[in-house]
Amino acid sequence: MAPLRPRGDPSLWLGAVLVATLIAAAALSLVWTPYPPNAIDIPHKLAGPSAAHWFGTDNLGRDVASRMLAGSRISILVGVIAVGIGLAFGIVLGLVAAFSRGIVEDGIMKMSDFMFAFPALLLAIMLTSTFGPGVVNAIVAIGVYNVPIIAKLTRATANGVLAREYALAARAAGRGPVAIALDHVLPNIAPALIVQATIQFAIAILAEAALSYLGLGAQPPETSWGKMLADAQTVLYNAPGLALYPGIAIALSVLGLNLLGDGLRDALDPKLKARS
Amino acid sequence: MSDAGTRATGDAPLLEVSSLVKTYRAPGVGPFARRNARPALAGVSLAIEKGRSFGIVGESGSGKSTLARIALALDSPDSGEVRLQGRSLFDLPRRQLRAARAHMQMVFQDPYGSLDPRQRVERIVAEPLHAQGGATGAERRARVRASLEAVGLQASDARKHPHEFSGGQRQRIAIARALITRPSLVIADEPVSALDVSVQAQVLNLMSDLEREAGVTFLLISHDLAVVAHICVTTAVLFRGGIVETGLTDALFANPAHPYTRELVDATPRLDRPARVASTPANSAPEAGAGCPYAPRCAFARPRCLEEAPVLEAKGGEGRKVACWYPLN
Amino acid sequence: MLLDVVELAIDLPAPDGWRRVVDRVSFGLDEGESLGVVGESGSGKTMTALAIMGLAPDGAEVKGSIRFEGRELVGLTEEAMGQLRGDRIAMVFQEPMTALNPLRGVGAQVAEPLMLHRGLAGHEARGRAAQLLERVGLAEPERAARSYPFMLSGGERQRAMIAMAIGCGPRLVIADEPTTALDVTVQARILALIDGLRSESGMGVLLVSHDLAVIAGHCDRVIVMYAGVIMEMGPVQAVMAEPRNPYTLALLEARPRPGAPRGSRLKTIPGAPELKSGPSAGCPFAGRCALTMDICWTTPPPEAAFGLNHVSRCHRASELGRAP
Repeated sequence: MAPLRPRGDPSLWLGAVLVATLIAAAALSLVWTPYPPNAIDIPHKLAGPSAAHWFGTDNLGRDVASRMLAGSRISILVGVIAVGIGLAFGIVLGLVAAFSRGIVEDGIMKMSDFMFAFPALLLAIMLTSTFGPGVVNAIVAIGVYNVPIIAKLTRATANGVLAREYALAARAAGRGPVAIALDHVLPNIAPALIVQATIQFAIAILAEAALSYLGLGAQPPETSWGKMLADAQTVLYNAPGLALYPGIAIALSVLGLNLLGDGLRDALDPKLKARS
Repeated sequence: MSDAGTRATGDAPLLEVSSLVKTYRAPGVGPFARRNARPALAGVSLAIEKGRSFGIVGESGSGKSTLARIALALDSPDSGEVRLQGRSLFDLPRRQLRAARAHMQMVFQDPYGSLDPRQRVERIVAEPLHAQGGATGAERRARVRASLEAVGLQASDARKHPHEFSGGQRQRIAIARALITRPSLVIADEPVSALDVSVQAQVLNLMSDLEREAGVTFLLISHDLAVVAHICVTTAVLFRGGIVETGLTDALFANPAHPYTRELVDATPRLDRPARVASTPANSAPEAGAGCPYAPRCAFARPRCLEEAPVLEAKGGEGRKVACWYPLN
Repeated sequence: MLLDVVELAIDLPAPDGWRRVVDRVSFGLDEGESLGVVGESGSGKTMTALAIMGLAPDGAEVKGSIRFEGRELVGLTEEAMGQLRGDRIAMVFQEPMTALNPLRGVGAQVAEPLMLHRGLAGHEARGRAAQLLERVGLAEPERAARSYPFMLSGGERQRAMIAMAIGCGPRLVIADEPTTALDVTVQARILALIDGLRSESGMGVLLVSHDLAVIAGHCDRVIVMYAGVIMEMGPVQAVMAEPRNPYTLALLEARPRPGAPRGSRLKTIPGAPELKSGPSAGCPFAGRCALTMDICWTTPPPEAAFGLNHVSRCHRASELGRAP
């Protein structure tokens, strides 16, 4: 493939910086945090920001900065795996639908519509109350929600490619459906999928935060930003910062992913248009 | 049954289609929708001899593109046969059909849509070889080089992407792709319609050269009579899914027997005389009548034409066949 | 003169500066006259047509003069231009499917200029629209008026677009490749329709096409354009029968001719058109032209005149003039 040519588009760079920061924080937390995230230190609880504790401490004296770093891990994990599930199953279903046409295509799309009709949160609640709370089940729930979105997008864009003459030329040359899917369809639908994936990543982070807020996601001693938000509720008047930090972190991550998605779409699309 | 042109005895025709029928179910909406009451192909038969390029002339709705797809086994007919070098394509098991595709390739109309914008030219041109299998990477590269040079492009063009080329050059790339398996038959569906006049001339010259030097026989589909006349020895005129006339191209256009052929020839703009417009109104909604499909629009129609559909029959010698009760010559 | 274009130049923004797509073009069109503009892609013919309508793309710099009915159009405000468009000057485009709004009824679209420029009320305008659809040869005009564009065939849509264009009785109709997307039998009818409307109403027609034969059959005079420059201009019979410019000759010779032996080589033009930034130094066809001399590269060719308003821009124009 010819190299991408990103324009000096501020949204792309800003988004990239924010997402890179998020990833860096998660990576860093694997090897180092200022304090152990779960170290309880009651005497120093609810302290404000200081040289010792950059973001202060929570109601159990745990260092907020360390918990923020540890919490970023969960956000990344949820985003990557949930979107991964969505892509893995969604792309396959979408391609099968686009190539099969007829009753198979209709069937897959109706199934997607059905799954789509469930509000993501309701689906997640159903799954976690059936199979128990926890990050893994939250990830599965969010991943399942992603499948019909990706499936529908894949089917629509794949159909667009299959209608083009170069797909017909490939058939005339004797290529089979798998070869056409790998060589022609996937490379041409990749930009749309990449953009959608970044959007779904952002949604996954928000969904996990919501689930954790409801107590259905990360369970103690694991922590996520959503959990931190939930925990901060009780001490909101005393230490509003405890809600602000995770809240802003979520907002910035979602913003960064959306900007990255927009920027990627712009950077990838012009390549498809004939340059004069 | 006599065929247009002479046939070496004992040789099967390069491509033979028999009684092809194909109907698409098309939704009709509103009073002016095309209800497609007629099939896209209503029993088409023709035979193409090796070394004698064949033209198909038709307007929109004639079924010419459907015919091209079915001839290439990209679509299956409701009934009828397609034989390539004597073998019936739709009876072949999948593997043998794929192998047969090495002998027949296609060039499409749209030079901008027929090449995958994300692939390099090398990959595009080599695609039929990938499908056939059996060639090593080095062999493929060598054949791509040879194919590109045969169409007047350079070996270094293999590394580029389609958007780096003009419309005419892209059409050459498409032709290079069609040639790479050294097919006997190349079906070209409006290969030059999207090109400027001077570029069109280059591609037509290339096609003539390939006929002579590479032994390629073309099935050329076009609405442009001049283009067809330049390349094709024999031509068939298609109207609403049926062949209305077929014969040696020069005689066909100089002396059309079927009123529709006459209308086409008259309507074609020429420098030496103004286009003549048919006086009857063109009807837009095709009716599924029992008679000749052209009758509602025919300046010479008589009662029998509306009641009974004429059959394609030999009339006038020299391989000419007409489907008309009252041919003009 | 109905339309008087003088030294029209159009520059488009390019990554490395400007690109001159129309280079000091001058021509005139009288009432009732049909002028053909022929050229290949990149010749500037469409851009010229758009500039007359005030529809040059955003960012384009239009210089020179376009006088319509004595009034200068270059530099006119969008509002003033909007009053002329559809009323005094109308345009018919190549692709009726994209030029017509797919989401509105055909009758409503034909009625729109009538309501806008003639102040007709809704039902009056629709009635007049149905009359217009009949005038342009649509069978069952009432039903056509109630239909959406996708329900009509290509030829019918083009007739509807012509109806929309002539509704207010324009003095000038610009047709940009009006039949290129249509079947040849439909093309013949549409062109005949345009001829008929022209002789009835005395309007002027500017017909842009890449097809020399179409222009030969339907225009009084012709302009041959290449790379934004007028190479030759004159009465259509004279230019086609005795071209005085190598490019015109090349276009005529590139066409497969009826009666020529099968597989004979068509004469092609070597090389490819090049994009220029800024006015050209010499003749834009230099290098690709079989008659190129040194002077062709350095000096723009002068206008050489031959007979009745027949001019050619070529240093060697007098050496030509044989039939192609």
